[in-house]
Amino acid sequence: MSLRIYAIAYLIFLYAPIVLLPIFAFNDATIIAFPLSGFTTDWFTELASNKSLHAAVKNSLFIALVSAVTSTILGVCAARAGAMHRFRFKAGIMGFIMLPLVLPEIIVAVSLLVVVVQILDLGLSNWTIIAAHVLICTPFCIAILNGAFQNLDPAMEEAAMDLGESRFSAFRLVTLPLVMPGIISSMLIAFTISLDEFIIAFFLSGSSPTMPVYIWGLLRFPASLPVVMALGTILVALSIVLLTIAELLRRRGLARAGVKDEGGFL
Amino acid sequence: MTALITLTGVNKYYADYHALRDINLTINTGEFFSLLGPSGCGKTTLLRTIAGFESVSDGVVMIGGKDMADVPANLRPTNMVFQSYAIFPHLTVAENVAFGLRKSEDLDKPTKAKMVEEALTMVGLAGYGNRAAHALSGGQRQRVALARALILKPKVLLLDEPLSALDKKMREQMQVELIRLQRQVGITFILVTHDQEEALVMSDRIAVMFEGEIGQLADPETLYRRPNSRRVASFIGKMNFLDAEVKAVVEEIDVTVQGLGRLKISAEQAPEEVSVGPAVAGIRPETLGILFEGETTDRKLVDGVVDEVVYYGDMTYYDVRVDGVAQPLNIAMKNLIGRPVLDVGAKTRVIWDERSLVLLK
Repeated sequence: MSLRIYAIAYLIFLYAPIVLLPIFAFNDATIIAFPLSGFTTDWFTELASNKSLHAAVKNSLFIALVSAVTSTILGVCAARAGAMHRFRFKAGIMGFIMLPLVLPEIIVAVSLLVVVVQILDLGLSNWTIIAAHVLICTPFCIAILNGAFQNLDPAMEEAAMDLGESRFSAFRLVTLPLVMPGIISSMLIAFTISLDEFIIAFFLSGSSPTMPVYIWGLLRFPASLPVVMALGTILVALSIVLLTIAELLRRRGLARAGVKDEGGFL
Repeated sequence: MTALITLTGVNKYYADYHALRDINLTINTGEFFSLLGPSGCGKTTLLRTIAGFESVSDGVVMIGGKDMADVPANLRPTNMVFQSYAIFPHLTVAENVAFGLRKSEDLDKPTKAKMVEEALTMVGLAGYGNRAAHALSGGQRQRVALARALILKPKVLLLDEPLSALDKKMREQMQVELIRLQRQVGITFILVTHDQEEALVMSDRIAVMFEGEIGQLADPETLYRRPNSRRVASFIGKMNFLDAEVKAVVEEIDVTVQGLGRLKISAEQAPEEVSVGPAVAGIRPETLGILFEGETTDRKLVDGVVDEVVYYGDMTYYDVRVDGVAQPLNIAMKNLIGRPVLDVGAKTRVIWDERSLVLLK
């Protein structure tokens, strides 16, 4: 009984702040406090007209998309190699790839800044952030994709090759459809990680900030806080829609492959 | 009979592990050939070198007169039924079977559909085309794997322990069906199995492999009746081993066998390189007998005492201690009408015949 109360309290603690987002996004006051003063959609209107915010969101979406695709492609290569091949120092190499998972982001950020600016003598841009985000996202992608590839019968690709397909088309026709749920999960996770990553983006962004960096800048002006709330509301709604789609796809994939459902995100 | 597959001096090394040791082998067109051996003996590796999934470290693999050294698996005239069947779970049964036809662009859709239906009919799955592949039972997956491989009319069908995942009844049924199928399509089948009974039932010829080399290559009857070595004899069926000493080799072989005394056997009951000196004699449990009360025999007899009785219903296996023989003799007896099942400790007489003896390396 007490455990149940604890669990409920835990969930409230976890999700209540998120519930506050839409409440204050529609509240007709610049101060974030109860009681609520009235309903308004002004903040969303303001959001729609804020050009620099749009630029930041666009930056973030671009960075997140490119990072998600790149790190998932790298993840697919690594997970496939790990699951289907034996090679020297496999455990060591795999461990080394997974290392950024436990590396403090501030360390990654500072050292990359030094490498990019001092050693490579390159300018900071979205691409420097993408490079860093790929670095931190790839271990997550590998971890997710490992599960998908480990369930795969290695004879499957051989069977396709035996039936006349080349190595690549065997991968495309058999392996890829079977690990597609994993790929979608991986892209989603990488996208989310990249989208809300702050420290690296803060250090490595050039003239145009990403969304988290821009929001952080806004916090100096309390009056713009409700706009941030409105933005947050849209992002939460979007995440829920995206996750639902991903989960539906994942379940359909599993049902098609006839594999037992072992978890997932929802 | 024409040679279809020739392996010459094939060796395979994995780092410091010698998986295949100097394999020389010829497999004929239309033959049902088996590679039999314990796990880790290299039989699957050998099959995979024929399929093209493993390269040879040394030696030549020829299929249909062509050197396969630079021919990848997808271009070889072989198709394989995998141990796990490797049915594509995201496709239907028909899509699985039609998979190999993707490259045949000269065939139109209705022709392909007809070929798929024919292949499914051949393996007893007519009308299953629209089923999801993952919803099939083990036996049905096996059949789909067969249809998928046979639709391409390969020169050679490679079967990697195809029956090991099935239960006993299903396995026996599939054995018969595979033999029927092989006769029907006339394609060379190469079967990898660790099940000696399966190999004996299905094959025209069997290569028994141990530790990367072929121990004996023969037809099932020769293999069973005249194994050439102790390890082949003990891997295939049961065999009693008796210490022996060859006294003389002339036209016949003069030999003393412990417990049975001095006797003469024909040259074909011994390996070609037999010479005077210590040897091992083998005798199968079912070629020995027990003289039950009221039965008579004109064969030779030796006294013994029942040491162990294992009752199988149709058969009873006795271990009988015989003076001068270190291990009790294993004897298989049919439980015919009127035959009692003897008790442990019963005094009995063992029937034997020198014609069923073999000398082993």
